[in-house]
Amino acid sequence: MKFAVIVFPGSNCDIDMYHAIKDELGEEVEYVWHDADSLEGFDGILLPGGFSYGDYLRSGAIARFSNVMKEVIKAAEAGKPVLGVCNGFQVLLESGLLPGAMRRNESLKFICRPTALKVQNNNTMFSSEYQEGEVITVPIAHGEGNYYCDEETLQQLKENNQIVFTYENNPNGSLENIAGIINENGNVLGMMPHPERAVDELLGGADGLKLFRSIVKQWREANVITNA
Amino acid sequence: MFKVKVYVTLRESVLDPQGAAVKHSLQSLNYNEVSEVRIGKYMELTIEKSERNVEDVVKEVCDRLLANPVIEDYRYEIEEVVAQ
Amino acid sequence: MSSLMLEPSPEQIKKEKIYQEMGLSDEEFAMVEKTLGRTPNYTETGLFSVMWSEHCSYKNSKPVLKKFPTKGEHVLQGPGEGAGIVDIGDEQAVVFKIESHNHPSAIEPYQGAATGVGGIIRDVFSMGARPIALLNSLRFGELDASARVRYLFKEVVAGIAGYGNCIGIPTVGGEIQFDPCYEGNPLVNAMCVGLIDHKDIKKGQAHGVGNTVMYVGAKTGRDGIHGATFASEELTEASDEKRPAVQVGDPFMEKLLIEACLELIQSDALVGIQDMGAAGLTSSSAEMASKAGSGIEMNLDLVPQRETGMTAYEMMLSESQERMLIVVKKGREQEIVDLFSKYDLEAVAIGQVTEDKMLRLVHNGEVVANVPADALAEDAPVYHKPSREPQYFGEFQAMDNDIPAVDDYNETLVNLLKQPTIASKEWVYDQYDYMVRTNTVVAPGSDAAVVRIRGTEKALAMTTDCNSRYVFLDPETGGKIAVAEAARNIVASGGKPLAITDCLNFGNPEKPEVFWQFEKAAEGMSAACSVLNTPVIGGNVSLYNETNGTAVYPTPVVGMMGLVEHLNHITTQDFKAEGDLIYLVGETKDEFGGSELQKMTYGRIFGKAPELNLEKEEKVQKQVLTAIQRGLVASAHDLAEGGLGVALAESLMGSKTLGAKVKVSGNSTSALFSESQSRFLVSVKKEDRQQFESLVDASLIGEVTNNGSLLISSDQEDVINLQVEELRSAWKGAIPCLLK
Repeated sequence: MKFAVIVFPGSNCDIDMYHAIKDELGEEVEYVWHDADSLEGFDGILLPGGFSYGDYLRSGAIARFSNVMKEVIKAAEAGKPVLGVCNGFQVLLESGLLPGAMRRNESLKFICRPTALKVQNNNTMFSSEYQEGEVITVPIAHGEGNYYCDEETLQQLKENNQIVFTYENNPNGSLENIAGIINENGNVLGMMPHPERAVDELLGGADGLKLFRSIVKQWREANVITNA
Repeated sequence: MFKVKVYVTLRESVLDPQGAAVKHSLQSLNYNEVSEVRIGKYMELTIEKSERNVEDVVKEVCDRLLANPVIEDYRYEIEEVVAQ
Repeated sequence: MSSLMLEPSPEQIKKEKIYQEMGLSDEEFAMVEKTLGRTPNYTETGLFSVMWSEHCSYKNSKPVLKKFPTKGEHVLQGPGEGAGIVDIGDEQAVVFKIESHNHPSAIEPYQGAATGVGGIIRDVFSMGARPIALLNSLRFGELDASARVRYLFKEVVAGIAGYGNCIGIPTVGGEIQFDPCYEGNPLVNAMCVGLIDHKDIKKGQAHGVGNTVMYVGAKTGRDGIHGATFASEELTEASDEKRPAVQVGDPFMEKLLIEACLELIQSDALVGIQDMGAAGLTSSSAEMASKAGSGIEMNLDLVPQRETGMTAYEMMLSESQERMLIVVKKGREQEIVDLFSKYDLEAVAIGQVTEDKMLRLVHNGEVVANVPADALAEDAPVYHKPSREPQYFGEFQAMDNDIPAVDDYNETLVNLLKQPTIASKEWVYDQYDYMVRTNTVVAPGSDAAVVRIRGTEKALAMTTDCNSRYVFLDPETGGKIAVAEAARNIVASGGKPLAITDCLNFGNPEKPEVFWQFEKAAEGMSAACSVLNTPVIGGNVSLYNETNGTAVYPTPVVGMMGLVEHLNHITTQDFKAEGDLIYLVGETKDEFGGSELQKMTYGRIFGKAPELNLEKEEKVQKQVLTAIQRGLVASAHDLAEGGLGVALAESLMGSKTLGAKVKVSGNSTSALFSESQSRFLVSVKKEDRQQFESLVDASLIGEVTNNGSLLISSDQEDVINLQVEELRSAWKGAIPCLLK
């Protein structure tokens, strides 16, 4: 399986995402610069964390107009897995691939620490390797991770089982402890915690690995079927 | 040429933690008459005259980029400036 | 044009002594006239005034700095360039430097701290290195002293976080001390660490006559004019009016600049590169020319400008951030322009390297300055300031060792853990992205931070240290302790100390007593660096740290780098398992001068600093490091503020279940809270007992338990019997509680 790590000016977790895929997962991965006009040949799209365009207007607001985002949207529509982490999640929200918006953390401070997440839905291509209800430890590092959406959207998220991860101890004021949500089609996941930072026991834990393994497993199965 | 002032604030229904913190701080300074603080962004745009209606342009840039309609409202003031 | 008219003429500058306001003395102005053979114009006077400020020239500190050992088998680059470089094997090297941003942070704490971080990062990547970690050494007044102190503390932390988090370099460590002497003049010292392949090492030199001088990065505005001179004056109540001297940082711009410059380093078109730091375009051009023995001519009309109508004086002295000056081979300019445009950055040719050794500036078609580059840089004046032993020192030395009276050991230990200098700094590092780049093995809160080197089995251990209370009581001993403690932290983490960078924060050097502190502290540091084999590879001097005439404690901050030769050697301070044996390495004496207990008991410090025997220190460190490298050590912790009692508590903070049972002998107050030097707290698996004891001179004092309590007894009685949970809540809650 071949992943693209999208690099916007100001992305800074691109290298972590790259190494998680290459070194820990052992899959193919390439950096793709924000002005690229094709994502052909990639099987999965990763939008990393950071401060794209300095997050100067709103997190992710400027990045969504990058050339490459048209291709990301195409890939999402084609059913390819698209994962946005932290700033990547914010870009997905701004671009309308996922519903809702981010507000500043309730404490008004940037927060960096390992957090406990509950897997609410393990029936997705991003979470199938986890048990439902499993509690995993994945670090957060953000100043604007306080998820918000209106009542109607929240109902839809719940009815469609789109809430994939929730915080055990809400660190930022996020609505309904939401840490990660998926789109209705089930192929676009946005989450504030950083699974790519939790792939090596040396650095304190590897609970994030299963997320990436879920993607690869799903892709392998789908491809075997297609090829047959 | 137009000078445009754009004000972006969080929608009424959305919690504004910054505003809440400032309100708290003002009240601790005994300004108890301050009952509400909303914090937003203020932007100044200079827009050259074109075939398009300036108000349409302003609305469009606000909707597309300057404000996020999911959580933010905006309002604007347009002033025509005669070039010197 | 109109602003040019406002500039005073050379005659006016001389007659009205305008140069004095710019920071030049009468003698210095006479030197300038002699060098030029004429009276300088306004722009030229400006060039000399910033380049001859203490901040740029080290004119008062140079004779003292010369005493530092700067060479060693691993040193690839000592002081003099943007940052020092140390070999770590495998054709790789580590680049690091610490620098102060004290005065800007006192005036505008958020931007002052942020731009301090930005500046030190540029020093590192201008050497060609990829920045991989940041540390900060901070000093503030007491948090309960005033709302202003709390504001400074919160904003400095927010500024460091704002810049470091956005740029994507993890802030992995540092230290914070609180003391009344820093109330009006906080210290903000930022350290950056970079990694480089030997082949990529670049220098800030303008070689090759005819080569092109290019300006890259952010545009120049009027911000920070005379920042370097500002840093070389005392803070007074009028300092608030100098607010424009503080620059605003743009970490997003700098992130792009890092990526572009690291790509540029790989190009053979590049000749030299230097950060435009203090004194901006002036220092970068003069220093690059002077170091290469060449000259530079620049056309200021070509400098990218953010504001209109800027004068030559303003452009040359601007301290706008996120700018670099580079020299490239003639004819290769377009490649550089293209490279930078990929990152939406400007690269503009503004001049060329000349052979006449002059810095020549052209503006609006006229030569507005023409001065020898060496006169600005290498040949700045040097002063040997008078030095006098302060009266307090003799008085303190004459005092007998005093043991503070302790009624209730439990209460005392809990209160010590609540002292902000000792208390958990989680409130601070929770705001720093210390994990980005996913190499941080040991996060903030342990003795030293440890960052692995991806693709190898090695790691770097790094720390900043300085207990300025000891330095105040006895500058020479305190200077030694600062280096020794840093090395102890590196060793406790499993690293071999390699070298140091220092940030020497002192008061006004024109006061002989302050200069004496400076000299003595440097002597002590030099002695320690020689014995511990950790040369000084660079750093920064910050003098004039005074508020309304009162100096801060002399604070020579040591930033030390260590090499962890194998990831298996990485050790933390946390006790690991029930049944592990607890050892105290080193000798405990009745030493309370400058201790946390003394300060807490009396509200002030006095007496002698703890003794330090460098030979003993070196021996103890070698023993502990060898034991760690042989896999005999489960946990290791340096004994520092608050002594053994605090160290034991800290070793339990990482666990929800473990406890410790310890027996001490002699005077219980000394056993628990003395701050004698050269000591470690180590835990060892039972099966390693014999091997450990044969290697390390240590006393077995107890055992790790699983009952979640800390039990310490003396020969006669139980002195401490506390639940770890109670200790933890005191330790973790103290700073958030003070900020409420």
